Amino acid sequence: MAEFRLPKNSRVQSGKVWPAPQGATRTTLFNIYRYDPDTGNNPRIDSYHVDRDDCGPMVLDALIWIKNNVDATLTFRRSCREGICGSCAMNISGSNTLACTRGINEVEKNGIVNIYPLPHMPVVKDLVPDLTRFYAQHASVEPWLHTVTPAPEKEWRQSHEDRQKLDGLYECILCACCSTSCPSYWWNGDRYLGPAALLQAYRWLIDSRDESTGDRLDDLEDPFRLYRCHTIMNCANACPKGLNPAKAIAEIKQMMVARQV
Amino acid sequence: MSQFHFSIRTPAKGVRGLGSAKSGTEHFWRQRVTAVAMVPLALAFVAIVICASTRDYESARALIANPFVAILLLLFVVTGAVHGKLGVQIVIEDYIHHEGLKVAAVIANILFTVVVAVAAVFAVLKISFGV
Repeated sequence: MAEFRLPKNSRVQSGKVWPAPQGATRTTLFNIYRYDPDTGNNPRIDSYHVDRDDCGPMVLDALIWIKNNVDATLTFRRSCREGICGSCAMNISGSNTLACTRGINEVEKNGIVNIYPLPHMPVVKDLVPDLTRFYAQHASVEPWLHTVTPAPEKEWRQSHEDRQKLDGLYECILCACCSTSCPSYWWNGDRYLGPAALLQAYRWLIDSRDESTGDRLDDLEDPFRLYRCHTIMNCANACPKGLNPAKAIAEIKQMMVARQV
Repeated sequence: MSQFHFSIRTPAKGVRGLGSAKSGTEHFWRQRVTAVAMVPLALAFVAIVICASTRDYESARALIANPFVAILLLLFVVTGAVHGKLGVQIVIEDYIHHEGLKVAAVIANILFTVVVAVAAVFAVLKISFGV
């Protein structure tokens, strides 16, 4: 059956409450999921008081502030700090989003922000999930141009109208916020490709230059790979880039029906 | 999940799995068509039940024996059974991950649907033909 309770060794316990910084007048409490596989201990929630007058406005600024000033062992991924690399995706105050583009004021409730790693993924350490399978699913839709026509001397040409069909699809940064917010992906992530991979599948299905549309549809025609999507729409809610994977999946289903009816 | 985490198998091996089933659209399409059909049929069913409930036993039987009413009821039962079978199968596939239990539940779902549908069809026909 679907597991509604975490396995024994994954249950979260209360952790260390770090003292508030001296002389800070404006602080926010960050409760952060900590897990270190090397210790064999259960995950725990550590609490940190962040001096808001000494820290930038974004959640990522607070994490970096904690790492620099309080606890250097806090582990998380980050790189571009401007919402284009997708590294700092995590669950902040109950929603999957990017720590770098989410303001502390937007997610703070009664002076508290709760931070967990992306849901239902194996945790490497603290806020770092193992996205190996997620990337393999993306690779499995072969996100590159397929053609049988010999390559032209210059580029493959595309009309402005056809190019516009890729808007709202190509912007995906593969942060995994959508897939890890999807209950269908939680329960059947081993067989369901998930919203992120399917959004990219659709990006190549409707590319006017791609000549493998039928083969691509054949590969997706599966009760689990595609049809586990029940239009729950968490993906569209979570996407920090404002994309709509649920709509892309609905379009794929429409293409499936169109070639039969 | 965790067995995947530290597996020596490649991630692609797991994701590609047994390959595409090359089916699923039929299930999806049938579910949509029966859903559309159920809108008028469900309304008709409710109306028939309300009409029958305000009559005595004999005239309620006479109402169901009416060919138009009987045909509506038969369509409702068959469409509802097909739609229900498709929907419950989705729920089973979503939530039951033990392979043996899943197959058993899928089989039980089909048999249950057939039994209920045949019994309901038989009841309507029996009243309708007055045997």
